[in-house]
Amino acid sequence: MSDTILSVKDLKVSFDTYAGEVQAVRGVSFDLKKGEVLAIVGESGCGKSVTAQTIMRLTPTPPSRIKSGSILFDGDIEITKLSDRQMEHIRGSEMGMIFQDPMTSLNPTMTVGKQITEGLRKHQRITGDAANKRALELLNLVGISNPESRILQYPHELSGGMRQRVMIAISLACNPKLLIADEPTTALDVTIQAQIIDLMKKLSEQTQASIIIITHDLGVVAEMAQRVIVMYAGKVVEQGTVDEVFYNPQHPYTWGLLRSIPRLDEMGGGDLVPIPGTPPDLFAPPKGCAFAARCPYAMQVCLEEDPDHTKLTADHSAACWLLHPDAPKVERPVEAGGRKHG
Amino acid sequence: MAEQPILQVRDMKKHFNVGGGRILKAVDSFSIDIARGETFGLVGESGCGKSTAGRTIIRLYNATSGQVLFNGEDIHKLSGKKLKQFNRNMQMVYQDPYASLNPRMTVGNIIAEGIDIHGLYTGAKRRARVMQLLSDVGLNEEHANRFPHEFSGGQRQRIGIARALAIEPQFIIADEPISALDVSVQAQVVNLFKKLQKDHGLTYLFIAHDLAMVKHISDRIGVMYLGNLVEVTSSQDLYAKPLHPYTESLLSAIPIPDPEIERRRERIILEGEVPSPLNPPSGCPFRTRCPKAMPECAAAKPVLKEVEPGHHVACHLY
Repeated sequence: MSDTILSVKDLKVSFDTYAGEVQAVRGVSFDLKKGEVLAIVGESGCGKSVTAQTIMRLTPTPPSRIKSGSILFDGDIEITKLSDRQMEHIRGSEMGMIFQDPMTSLNPTMTVGKQITEGLRKHQRITGDAANKRALELLNLVGISNPESRILQYPHELSGGMRQRVMIAISLACNPKLLIADEPTTALDVTIQAQIIDLMKKLSEQTQASIIIITHDLGVVAEMAQRVIVMYAGKVVEQGTVDEVFYNPQHPYTWGLLRSIPRLDEMGGGDLVPIPGTPPDLFAPPKGCAFAARCPYAMQVCLEEDPDHTKLTADHSAACWLLHPDAPKVERPVEAGGRKHG
Repeated sequence: MAEQPILQVRDMKKHFNVGGGRILKAVDSFSIDIARGETFGLVGESGCGKSTAGRTIIRLYNATSGQVLFNGEDIHKLSGKKLKQFNRNMQMVYQDPYASLNPRMTVGNIIAEGIDIHGLYTGAKRRARVMQLLSDVGLNEEHANRFPHEFSGGQRQRIGIARALAIEPQFIIADEPISALDVSVQAQVVNLFKKLQKDHGLTYLFIAHDLAMVKHISDRIGVMYLGNLVEVTSSQDLYAKPLHPYTESLLSAIPIPDPEIERRRERIILEGEVPSPLNPPSGCPFRTRCPKAMPECAAAKPVLKEVEPGHHVACHLY
């Protein structure tokens, strides 16, 4: 038996709009191991959320369309080929999702208890009493005190952190094998974010579910993930273990991300080094490397041909012409990666 | 004698009457001095009163009590011509670059609105000033005739900054100016703030919840909790030796983008959530979540006092 729970191969997703085709995801491949926490980072519009939603088949068709590629789940289930009905069976029972905004993703007209048991009643043949008992267990598990009174409350009666705990309880209800968390802490304050991250780390150890966490916060990545994928303009530009990507980054976009954020533990602190310009328009993606227009090291070849991934270690790879044997050697900027301590 | 601070806020309070005889104490105890040319960062979680404090300082709200002295003059007592003069000296940059620009005005007219209101320039001089401002914030001349929807978030924030600069203020309040922007663009805007400060000798009150960014840009930082300023010190000191238990836990909650440090780090995870400002706890506002709370914390509210040179804290431990 393989230890891979999810295998995405050359996934391409487009949106058909009145203005033309938006190529949101342009060839994404990665594997997720059982029990692993994988982070996908990138800026708005890089395709990270569309990738996640496509794995759960949550993007409606039309306007979205899976152009090509495969998503293999749990060995032999080809997600891209499933009917809506088959997908409905997997969603909620085999895969769970945690959304960014717990206020808009919970149903305001249903009690918390009802929302947790909804999935249980649908996917597992259990009685109402057993479902309620499980709901109480789940609320306990996600650290909500007085679950007996909470299950009778409505989302508006809960705070933001509480609502996110309820979302997590719902997504865990049927013991899913895969949990996708799309910016799960972005709408929360830092002290509440710390509580939720702490909870998710504990749960991933306890339940052995694989987690994909989508975020723009590199601090959250360093804290939670074992592996990380960096996306830019609908493609994966670099992937590897957190240590490889943070301490030995190879793609100039990863360097740019690491240099443009201030660190709480830096003393003195020089100027931040922003990435100049803005990401390309995905109505008409550039012919060569999508980052070339903003890249200080861009060469002629970068404008003409998109680089393939160069494999550096078992986990680490980057898509950049600088890694070609004939490319000039470029010194990585000091602020981008490298160990600061020990 | 030391130079008079450009801004002195003395025990400012802003209470809102929310009906039913209930009072929301959005800002309850707030005193700071800001020196000319300084960047003062104000941090805290949502609902702590940091934005209300900023808006009361610039008199978008009238203070319930207390004084706000700008160059020694109490701005909450000004009216007529003097108020207009003050408005020229203090300007604001807002959080949401989509909502804070009038979609029906061209960028040129948005930037020049203050110039027109204060009657500073007309005709060719007005035009030249707008062009100068556009280039100061890294936009170009042709942008003046376009409308806000044609710009990205980062560019819109530059327009908002140009508008604030148009009437040559001495003091700018920036309320979460970068939270709506992507990380790589945040750095562009922060560097612009720093450059403009150097070029124009500006003083900033920088309000944000992102402590790492605030620490990066600020000389001194004030931490707010539930309407109260609980700690004020230099930004280096705040990280190196936080005194207030809330500041300690806030710092410990922020993840650092370095996996090795994260693996070693011990977190102080606060229990529970911020109490309602409609019904704050007796005594110290933080005592219900404080890991070091003592009996006296419920009895009396601690006042902000200087415990080390330049380091102020409101806590019974000190």
